Amino acid sequence: MRRFERPVPTLWWLKRRAYFLFILRELTAVFIAVYLILFLILLYQLSLGRQAYETYLGFLATPGMIVFHVVALVAALYHTVTWFGLLPNIIVVRFGEYRVPSKLIAGANYVPWIAVSALIVLILTRG
Amino acid sequence: MSKATIVLEVLRYRPEQEQEPTFQIYESEYREDWVVLDAINHIKDHIDGTLSYRWSCRMGVCGSCGMMINGEPKLSCATFLRDYYPDPIRVEPLANFPIERDLVIVMDDFMEKLTSVKPWILREHEKPISEGEYRQTPAELARYKQFSMCINCMLCYSACPVYALDPQFTGPAAIALAHRYNLDSRDQGRSWREQVLSTEEGIWACTYVGTCTVVCPVDVDPAGAIQQAKLSTTTDWFRDVLMPWKGR
Ligand code: SF4
Ligand code: FES
Repeated sequence: MRRFERPVPTLWWLKRRAYFLFILRELTAVFIAVYLILFLILLYQLSLGRQAYETYLGFLATPGMIVFHVVALVAALYHTVTWFGLLPNIIVVRFGEYRVPSKLIAGANYVPWIAVSALIVLILTRG
Repeated sequence: MSKATIVLEVLRYRPEQEQEPTFQIYESEYREDWVVLDAINHIKDHIDGTLSYRWSCRMGVCGSCGMMINGEPKLSCATFLRDYYPDPIRVEPLANFPIERDLVIVMDDFMEKLTSVKPWILREHEKPISEGEYRQTPAELARYKQFSMCINCMLCYSACPVYALDPQFTGPAAIALAHRYNLDSRDQGRSWREQVLSTEEGIWACTYVGTCTVVCPVDVDPAGAIQQAKLSTTTDWFRDVLMPWKGR
């Protein structure tokens, strides 16, 4: 008997809030990748000497670059927070029949994150 | 007083008489304690006996009455009319599966995927009955119990955009059940199943959209199972590479 196959709409990711949020999370990776490329260029310019490095810093201080970095920061935060929220479903810690509650596993990720971020801020502001 | 009614827009497909599915409007009796399946049964019994659909237990156990209800994959026996009344309800066959007739989908693909992971206890050597049963502690049971609750309703496949775009994907329930047996202390088929699962069409096709877990009527959390399977497959791989003498 002839069966009917329903086509998948191109805009399937708009059909559900969860799909859209998922696509958004995937897209954050683009901003993070571009940020890393800019950062690698920064290191390269540094290796070329003071003059090149300072010219590049000037470029990074242009309004467009500042806007990009703010957006990339928001993207990175969104990715991190949503990912930490998913981790309790992946990392299951059990003691016998007892399963460590999700909140504790999710929360445990914030501690090293905040600690490392604080350390970096400390190093940057002291230098 | 005339009886209250509710409108159901039901997708119909009669392959012998039409090229494409079309919606048919039915006006069913409405009762506050009725679920969508009750209304469909009412239509079948009193309005149109040609309507085809699957159901059996009408109590969320058999997993055969899954339908798209206003675009959401749901068990029609567990979805109350009163949550939609007085608005009309749109009923369609489960998404991401071919339609066989009306609300009946072709589920061969799911059945093949399910058997492909051998969701039963695999033993290298069966011990003789005289040695007694395979015993299990409550803690060992707790490791896999959640994943063993699956009723094979396929709602998760209907909610999964990866399966929609790539029908080769093994899919949520089959992987969750494979993981369930991998976690079972009586089972010895883990490395065999990992070969099946650890492929581009298996666990690694999943991008963790997570809607399968949202729609699952019995809280199996197939998305969690897939990510846990990724984690254990990876740690098993590292152990095999770093400590080949360890075996499994
Ligand atoms: S995992 Fe949940 S949604 Fe998927 S088939 Fe099993 S019971 Fe249904
Ligand atoms: S009829 Fe059995 S689950 Fe709905």
